[in-house]
Amino acid sequence: MSALGLVGGLLQAVLVVGGAPLLLGMMRQVRARLEGRAGPGIAQPWRDLRKQLRKETITPRGTSEMFRVAPVLMVAMTLVVAVVVPFVGTASALPAVADLIVVVALLAHGSVAIALAGLDTGTAFGGMGASREVTILALVEPTALVAIFALSVRVGSTSLPEIVGSTLDDPARVVSPASLLAAVALAMVIIAETGRLPVDNPSTHLELTMVHEAMVLEYAGPRLALVELGTAMRLTVYLGLLANLFVPWGVATEPGVPALLVGAVAFAVKVGALGAALACAEVFLAKLRLFRVPELLAGSFLLAVLAVTAAYVLG
Amino acid sequence: MNVTGVALVAALVAGFGGGVAGLVVPRTVRPVVVGACVAAAGALATLAGVAAMAGVAWSAALPWLLPLTGVELAVDPLGGVFLAVTGAVAVAAGVYGIGYARGGLDGRAVQAALPVFVASLLLVPAAGSIGTLLVCWELMALASLLLVLAEHGKRAEVASAGRWYAVMTHLGFVAILVGLLVLAGATGDGSFAAVREQARAPETAGLVFVCCLVGFGSKAGVLPLHAWLPRAHPEAPSHVSALMSAAMVNLGVYGILRVGFDLLGGGAPWWWLAVLVLGAASAVYGILQAAVGSDLKRLLGYSTTENMGLVLVGVGAGGMFAASGDAVLAALALTAALLHVVAHAAFKTLLFLAAGSVLHGTGLRDLDAMGGLRPVMPFTTVAFGLGALTASALPPGAAFVSEWVLLQALVHGAGSGTVVASSIVLPVAVGAVALTAGLAVATFVKAFGVGFLARPRSAAAAEAHESPPTMLAGMALAGLACVGLAVLPTVVLPAVAGVAGGVTGSGPAVTGAVTIQLTGVSGTMSPLLLVAALAVATALVAAVVSRRSARRARLWDCGGGPMSARMEYTATSFAEPLQRVFDNVLAPDQDVDVTHYEESRYLVRAVAYRRTLRDRVEHRLYEPVLAAVRGWGRAGRRLADGSVHRYLTYGFATLCGLLVLMVVTR
Repeated sequence: MSALGLVGGLLQAVLVVGGAPLLLGMMRQVRARLEGRAGPGIAQPWRDLRKQLRKETITPRGTSEMFRVAPVLMVAMTLVVAVVVPFVGTASALPAVADLIVVVALLAHGSVAIALAGLDTGTAFGGMGASREVTILALVEPTALVAIFALSVRVGSTSLPEIVGSTLDDPARVVSPASLLAAVALAMVIIAETGRLPVDNPSTHLELTMVHEAMVLEYAGPRLALVELGTAMRLTVYLGLLANLFVPWGVATEPGVPALLVGAVAFAVKVGALGAALACAEVFLAKLRLFRVPELLAGSFLLAVLAVTAAYVLG
Repeated sequence: MNVTGVALVAALVAGFGGGVAGLVVPRTVRPVVVGACVAAAGALATLAGVAAMAGVAWSAALPWLLPLTGVELAVDPLGGVFLAVTGAVAVAAGVYGIGYARGGLDGRAVQAALPVFVASLLLVPAAGSIGTLLVCWELMALASLLLVLAEHGKRAEVASAGRWYAVMTHLGFVAILVGLLVLAGATGDGSFAAVREQARAPETAGLVFVCCLVGFGSKAGVLPLHAWLPRAHPEAPSHVSALMSAAMVNLGVYGILRVGFDLLGGGAPWWWLAVLVLGAASAVYGILQAAVGSDLKRLLGYSTTENMGLVLVGVGAGGMFAASGDAVLAALALTAALLHVVAHAAFKTLLFLAAGSVLHGTGLRDLDAMGGLRPVMPFTTVAFGLGALTASALPPGAAFVSEWVLLQALVHGAGSGTVVASSIVLPVAVGAVALTAGLAVATFVKAFGVGFLARPRSAAAAEAHESPPTMLAGMALAGLACVGLAVLPTVVLPAVAGVAGGVTGSGPAVTGAVTIQLTGVSGTMSPLLLVAALAVATALVAAVVSRRSARRARLWDCGGGPMSARMEYTATSFAEPLQRVFDNVLAPDQDVDVTHYEESRYLVRAVAYRRTLRDRVEHRLYEPVLAAVRGWGRAGRRLADGSVHRYLTYGFATLCGLLVLMVVTR
């Protein structure tokens, strides 16, 4: 536990919590402009959160503790990930938790908590959303882990600070075939896990197409605020992970105010750029049928396996 | 006689004593006495196992006890792991059984067989010669068969499950018998020490290994010899299911480890490649069947196949690394396998005991009819939730730790061995482990979410009641083990790593008190810090959300009036997307009948949906064999139709034939 890790960890928590709704707002704004609308401005998600946090808490009849604690658990798990992953500096606040496998599994656990909450409501919507969510989750997992495998093989470790550090030391690795294939595979994983197009449409409320929104339909007030904040944080954390695994430049390597500031700005710029790119792509994509999603995920699994093979054959 | 010996002998005395007590004490106190004996035997065996793992080996020879072979017992660290795991499962099952037996399971035969079964489970890893191992193995099979058949009066399926189990366990026994007799053939007495010294040709060793892999693999529920497992485990009483699923199947793994690593001293890479491939296939197939199943106990049985598959992936990877000369990595992979055995024992005991509690409280095993158990069975719900969390290998959980170690071994193993092994086999193995983990999440979200949360889907679930205190105590013990292994796996991990290091002939591959440190390769992880960080974060988030009193409101029903429980998602509907995705593998038989009103084709009167999901391996592999056997039986019946004249004709014809033969060959 180093000074850089601790300060960086706290800074990251603030950045992710404060910046996640802004990222979402920015993505919606980009989309709106590309579609020829004015858009509500990038601070709109924060205004929504403030409104929801002031509302009364509502508990639907027939739900158990699972429904009540799930949003808290999801946000807490994402928060832990936001603190431990080396986003701003190369050191981690808790190096013993900053393992790529642990981080991916923790994020998956957040989705599982919400899926259980969806089942707990006992409505058809909740069950449907939960069923679809865990189906996608189950199919994403192999791609995620094999892509992790491809990234860790060359470093000889699944520890995030070591992977980021080794990419910084040897920048040429980023353009190797293994690295590029793994990046594409991980990008697919992230699109599926964060419920973006073409896997899930984050702005739909049509029962045939909903995945994430169907699970959280019963939430209102402060709990809904937590769910929305958690979803935005997950997106930020995933995009940050993708950015720092493949384009780690800018992260602080030693403690010090200038280095940390540069690290924070670099993180914000990278995540913002990735988010804007995702939003631009979403304008041109339609949602896939649920039963076409496995084909997409099988394709990304193949890419991940190719990445591993490339890591050996091409070194 | 050292502490290991004393504890083991005392455990065996308690076990066989319990068997006698089950026969002689009156029915009113029988479950209490037998349960106490089982728990005592388990506790003593755990002590013996822990002592053996710490290096206190013990051996004894009793040549007078059995004709021909005699009995030889030898407890070493490897046997100690399995002894300790079996003992710990027996403690929880014994305490639980006291309350569970009140429901018509307090008959003499069942109550006598249970402690004998536990004693035989303890004897197998303590056996020190081939003869002893075979005798104990058979004793274990017979005692468990009796227990599987315990409820044959209540359900018709029990008899069928018993037949499957009896036939398959004995075919497995034949395979082991052939393998071990070939192994022992050259040595005089068949003691493990003598077998180890013996040199043998690689072909002989390969034959022995394949025979033992088939026999022990069938006990571990490995594909395609798993068919008995999802039948027998659900039909047994739940505490027996726990013993079978959490302790008995482990002994299949023990057998493979004992024969492959210890008696044959490692071997060719293809042995271990076969183990790894079988393990990966079993893991994926088992969890896929569990993910689409809706019988709670059958689902747990398939999950056992999955977990034994994961253990065998670790064993196979360990053997491959050892064969390519990388002892440290081999020790790491074996550590992962043994740790998964321990974790699986903890959560599978808990899950089966909780499923038994549901069965006791509602009479239901069908998830489609369950639901809403949270208010009426709070303790069981927490227990099953904890077990489900552990089984789905999410952090923080015991199975997550073991799968993390397994993945580390596979990732670091990429550098060793041939290109094919490292660039194809290991990534695909990682993919299989990951798919297994993902499907396990789906399975246990379904089992817990549909079975326990939401609203009751049947009258039986609505009228459920919580189980008696002894059953809750049994679940609490297993639950404590799950929590302990999740938060502080470092308590058992160094000991397990020491055993694995001893098997492969290197030092322990894992050290650390708070943080798990891999030795030789880079990798650290701290379950304790992870739990602490999660607790702090959860407290922070919960504190931020204001604690204003919540208002109760009705669920959003689209304005369609109050929703009935029939509108809820069921286990079948929950698994439908997965079933569709894996349509080619599962090949379900589906039938949708839509009946219309006569007035218009557009008005639907009723929709009937039927789905039967057969185990495809079973369907393709076993049914042709069974059909052939049946055909043979029919042909035999035609020959023997009961007519005395015909039998006399057969005798006369045979006699004539023999005479002709003798004349010709003279």
